[in-house]
Amino acid sequence: MPNELGLAVKNVTPIDEQDVQRVRAWIDTAEYREKNFARQALVVNPAHACQPLGAELVAHGFAETLPYVHGAQGCASYYRSTLTRHFREPAAAVSSAMTEDGAVFGGQNNLHEGLENAVALYKPKMIAVFTSCMPEIIGDDLTAFIKNARQKGLVPDDIPIAYANTPSFNGSHVHGYDAMLLAILQTITENRLIEGRCTGKLNFIAGFDANTANYREYKRIFDEFGISYTFLADISDTFDSPNDGHYRIYPGGTPLSEAADSVNGKATLSVGPFATTKTFTWIKENYAGAHNVLPMPMGIAKTDAFLMKLSELFDKPVPPSLKAERGRAVDAMTDAQQYMHGKKFAVYGDPDLILGYVSFLLEMGAIPAHILCSKGSKKLDRELRALLEASPYGTNAKTYMNRDLWHLRSLVMTEPVDAVIGDTHGKFLARDAKIPLFRFGFPVFDRVNMHRSPIIGYQGVIRMVTDICNKFMDMADENSDDRHFEMMR
Amino acid sequence: MNEMVKPAPKKIPGIDRETTQSMIDRTLEAYPEKGKKKRAPHLAPNNPESESACVKSNRKTVPGVMSARGCAFAGAKGVVWGPIADMVHVSHGPVGCGWYSWGTRRNLVSGVNGVSSFSMHMTSDFQEKDIVYGGDKKLAVLLKEVKELFPLTKAISVLSECPVGLIGDDINAVAKNMSAELDLPVIPCNCEGFRGVSQSLGHHLSNDSIRDYVIGTREFPEPAGPYDIALIGDYNIGGDVWSVKPMLEECGFNVKATWTGDGKIEEIAATHMVKVNIIHCYRSMNYMAKVMEEKYGIPWVELNFFGPTKIRQSLRKLAEYFDDHIKENVERVIAKYDPSMQAVIDEYRPRLEGKKVMLYVGGLRPRHTVSAYEDLGMVVVGSGYEFAHNDDYERTAREMPDATVIYDDASEHELEKFAEELKPDLVGSGIKEKYVFQKMGLPFRQMHSWDYSGPYHAYAGFPVFARDIDLAVNSPTWKLVKAPF
Repeated sequence: MPNELGLAVKNVTPIDEQDVQRVRAWIDTAEYREKNFARQALVVNPAHACQPLGAELVAHGFAETLPYVHGAQGCASYYRSTLTRHFREPAAAVSSAMTEDGAVFGGQNNLHEGLENAVALYKPKMIAVFTSCMPEIIGDDLTAFIKNARQKGLVPDDIPIAYANTPSFNGSHVHGYDAMLLAILQTITENRLIEGRCTGKLNFIAGFDANTANYREYKRIFDEFGISYTFLADISDTFDSPNDGHYRIYPGGTPLSEAADSVNGKATLSVGPFATTKTFTWIKENYAGAHNVLPMPMGIAKTDAFLMKLSELFDKPVPPSLKAERGRAVDAMTDAQQYMHGKKFAVYGDPDLILGYVSFLLEMGAIPAHILCSKGSKKLDRELRALLEASPYGTNAKTYMNRDLWHLRSLVMTEPVDAVIGDTHGKFLARDAKIPLFRFGFPVFDRVNMHRSPIIGYQGVIRMVTDICNKFMDMADENSDDRHFEMMR
Repeated sequence: MNEMVKPAPKKIPGIDRETTQSMIDRTLEAYPEKGKKKRAPHLAPNNPESESACVKSNRKTVPGVMSARGCAFAGAKGVVWGPIADMVHVSHGPVGCGWYSWGTRRNLVSGVNGVSSFSMHMTSDFQEKDIVYGGDKKLAVLLKEVKELFPLTKAISVLSECPVGLIGDDINAVAKNMSAELDLPVIPCNCEGFRGVSQSLGHHLSNDSIRDYVIGTREFPEPAGPYDIALIGDYNIGGDVWSVKPMLEECGFNVKATWTGDGKIEEIAATHMVKVNIIHCYRSMNYMAKVMEEKYGIPWVELNFFGPTKIRQSLRKLAEYFDDHIKENVERVIAKYDPSMQAVIDEYRPRLEGKKVMLYVGGLRPRHTVSAYEDLGMVVVGSGYEFAHNDDYERTAREMPDATVIYDDASEHELEKFAEELKPDLVGSGIKEKYVFQKMGLPFRQMHSWDYSGPYHAYAGFPVFARDIDLAVNSPTWKLVKAPF
């Protein structure tokens, strides 16, 4: 028998139905949870992707910029498919299409040929090169390769090439966002700092944020203030472009001239502290004007802080329109608080988002019982603990760094909660626990238009309150017996 | 033996060799010299009577052109292994590859998730230290943890991502040792994404792993029957297998194994005991069909279950391998379903008659679905594959109308230009292409995933297919694309 594993030939035996029932019950137990948390090597259903995905996202945020994957072809297809599934929009990117011979000769020839073809076919004004596994492991020297490409005249001098190392065996999509953003800003602002010049503008960075409505909401807020701004890495038009019968490969993004001049800004503000760590460190040393990092403005307090920071930086009062909006958001919360108060939630996702969910839940009197980040850090844990300790609703919350969604499944089965906040990947554990999943994170593959409604700012508060409370009321209607099926809720 | 009934060459008014070639030439003008030279042999007008491939294929992707291709890992994990329901598949290497391919192919499975079926993302999540020190030890620990936490798994596949091959890990040795230690088949597949030129090599490598580690390792305990068959190369996208299998059973066959849609690894391992193998997706599974033919003398027959015309031809072709009992059954089944299929055609054909379709997919679809569109009165004006080989294009020539454009590993630039010139009423391609065409105002259906619908195979599938094509082509939303101001 052709059996290279050396195992005995056996009869086909279907899985025993009793075993299925036994194991099905067992995986919900505390005993299983203990074994599950004892895992050392196996990762099951992680809630993070690899660096190049974030690099591609941020590259799409700059006008006429072509994301370029230096690596194997399949990597580019995975990132493009993921972004397209989430946004339901095209995601144009090319690759070096490296193959086995790249392992022997390196990727320079592929990169050079790829750059030449990409420039001819897709006419970018900037190219954002980032790496997948192969060139990282064989040690491709991007600096030299790109210098050589310039010398060979493969890319016209007026097309900047930003490049970043984004190894997939390190960090997550959030770190790739940071690395590529840093490279783009370094490249595009080179020699653009002018002594004494000030654009008078705010430079703004949203962090790894895949909700296009958030971007539009930030811009609306700046407009309400009358603050002129440069929105760095603005993906809103790229990934929410109109259908008018005409396909545009670069439908949006920060204009490159504006991005280049951002180095002379009046102030630079990032609301993605975990997604812009490296970028911001560099900005502090290289950008003119004030530099500030704030948490993502989710919930009332964080939005208040955001508006007050804008007010302070630009010496403008918070506009009455926004103050009224705040009042409406608080009104929405007080009207609906009874539907969320004391409800327990499991939340997971990217660091900046988790901090936002937790702030919002605590403000509603909800309990963020399990807080999980599959690529977390001690810093994130500290910040979460500080938030939780400041609220009576946070006292029983537990944080889980570098745990995955199979861990979270054990948590929600052994210490039940009322709902989960995360992304599409949480739908299996939510189904097992028979609780709703709120898809405020990335990616969302199984609902439409989730990225077309904001979760930041006061409008974001109203949206989250609406989604969550109405779902609970839908469930009350679906689950009540005839005697308790009421007109009002 | 794999000849479909040969139709007369089909013609489309306005399309001839010259018009198509000049469209190709115009499209190639945008390329630099070297790129043009490389791409030109992959684009050509069809010649149905030649019975040969009109384009070159299975060549390296040209860098920088925006290809739609995936990689060997995608072909292994996403296509061949992933659909096998009752075993754990380990994406061995960094976190991304398995994450991107987690639940994104729509190969539906039976079983209880996490208990008896495992449509999950299990990975060794390589970190820098694994690259430096190697991942073999971690893999051994991981395999033990899989067995402990998922005790009903029937096997474990270890699917290598790029770094594994580059750092020189020996997953085959780990698999062998751990198989013995765990008394559980641990099947290695060296399907690193940099190998080969597309997902196609991943199919081949997976077939090789099945040949070396799986086939013949199990036996059906019940006595063999005269109508035992296996369904090979149906991945149960949107429930295709659950449409094909009952149809075959109604014809009197015992479908002993499905490869690999909703597959059971032990049934796959015992497939050497069947009488005939049906192959649907030739590209991804022809290797094992041939291995079983050579090694066990099992004939294989390539069939097409898209649309009533091909279903009829396919069932009759299959019946040829069996006795009168089966032949009578097949005629009875065809007669039973013909009226309902005709009713579907009567409903949709008036709305779809003469509409033009452009296809760009993979596997079997660029040729197998052509006739299903024709059943609905539509014409296919261009077709091509992401990762086909010469034998796929040979089989395509006779299905496609005369002089229509055939494209291999098309770039986005090429597809866009062809669509601009051919003005199709429907484009059928993948997720990466979908919104490019929709922004152009063109109706589109994802033809890898059935666009979150399905099944499309067999008698239960055709009404769904017809409905979906109609709703795409005739949606009133397309009329809103142009603003009145």
